[in-house]
Amino acid sequence: MTNTDWPLWEVFVRSRRGLSHTHAGSLHAPDAEFALRNARDLYTRRGEGVSIWVVPSTAITASSPDEKDPFFEPAADKPYRHPTFYDIPEGVKHL
Amino acid sequence: MATAAAHQTHGTEERRAATAAYEQAFDTAVAADERIEPRDWMPDAYRATLVRQMAQHAHSEIIGMQPEANWITRAPSLRRKAILMAKVQDEAGHGLYLYSAAETLGTSREELLDKLHSGRQKYSSIFNYPTLTWADVGAIGWLVDGAAITNQVPLCRCSYGPYARAMVRICKEESFHQRQGYELLLALSNGTPEQHEMAQDAVNRWWWPSLMMFGPPDDESAHSAQSMTWKIKRHSNDELRQRFVDICVPQAESLGLTLPDPDLKWNEERGHYDFGPIDWTEFKEVLKGNGPCNEQRITQRRRAHEEGAWVREAAAAHAAKHSDRTGARQA
Repeated sequence: MTNTDWPLWEVFVRSRRGLSHTHAGSLHAPDAEFALRNARDLYTRRGEGVSIWVVPSTAITASSPDEKDPFFEPAADKPYRHPTFYDIPEGVKHL
Repeated sequence: MATAAAHQTHGTEERRAATAAYEQAFDTAVAADERIEPRDWMPDAYRATLVRQMAQHAHSEIIGMQPEANWITRAPSLRRKAILMAKVQDEAGHGLYLYSAAETLGTSREELLDKLHSGRQKYSSIFNYPTLTWADVGAIGWLVDGAAITNQVPLCRCSYGPYARAMVRICKEESFHQRQGYELLLALSNGTPEQHEMAQDAVNRWWWPSLMMFGPPDDESAHSAQSMTWKIKRHSNDELRQRFVDICVPQAESLGLTLPDPDLKWNEERGHYDFGPIDWTEFKEVLKGNGPCNEQRITQRRRAHEEGAWVREAAAAHAAKHSDRTGARQA
């Protein structure tokens, strides 16, 4: 039996309550249960987390770096979406 | 025919132009200190250099578990035993961070382990020295991990994102490794004359191999210049070695131990410690496989891998059976 390559999982860790899960890294595991336990041993040996998500790497769809410019371009020419776009007279408060 | 040929030439030129544009974008990003991420275009040689360096680094972490694990069952107290187990477990973790970072470059962990086991990829020559006494555990923590930290802190700013991120985690954890080693040596140094002697002997044996960890002198280092341009490496081997020597001299004084180099003295003009010549013949011999423990380390690694095969197979079989059942229930 040679094909024992365990699939790759992406690990997301919530460092404390009130914060969202952040990508910590990846690991190999035969199934989700093992992936969680391995993630605990690998990424939270010093109390770095209170909650862990594991996701099969193959389940992630990513935008392509090649189309970076056209893909994100619609946001580039809309400076009026930022508060700093607007001229407000000096001295006006709470705005 | 003529039209087809012209069309083909046109296609090749287009491809060449596209590659040039990618290359330009890569160079600009590196020059601007931006990070390169896995799916970005990168030169083949950059990818190959990273795979080589990260694989060697990962292999060093897991081979490095052996000399220290040698002392777990004989640790002199429960406190020291718990510390040593935590440290050896960290080294396994560091290996895993680095293997998964290397996998983002399109290589698999299986492939890298296979190259380690067949001798096609190397690990740091330092781990081919034996741990003869308990004091060696202290000397490894202080000197070997100390040298590793000096090497690794600049790697946290390496141009390849996943490698840099793995190094940030590793450096945070290495600090405990170095301090526990220093504390261990201090306890021995302040102990009985025999314990003091044991600590001194360990430092005598580990000092020179630790200086070799920074690699060959700058004028003989094959990959240095290109790695500096690519910002994989930020400082030269000799520069980092000097930094390490300057850090260690006062630390040795506080330990009440000496470093085994009669030429070691402060150079007012340079603002650094001068040190004696390194025996590069020894370094090359150990690299070639003729160190005291090369054979033992790789044999032990292969055996651990082979003897663990049934565990990997059983876990994979369990996962397959479980997913079949779940599938059947859902159907």
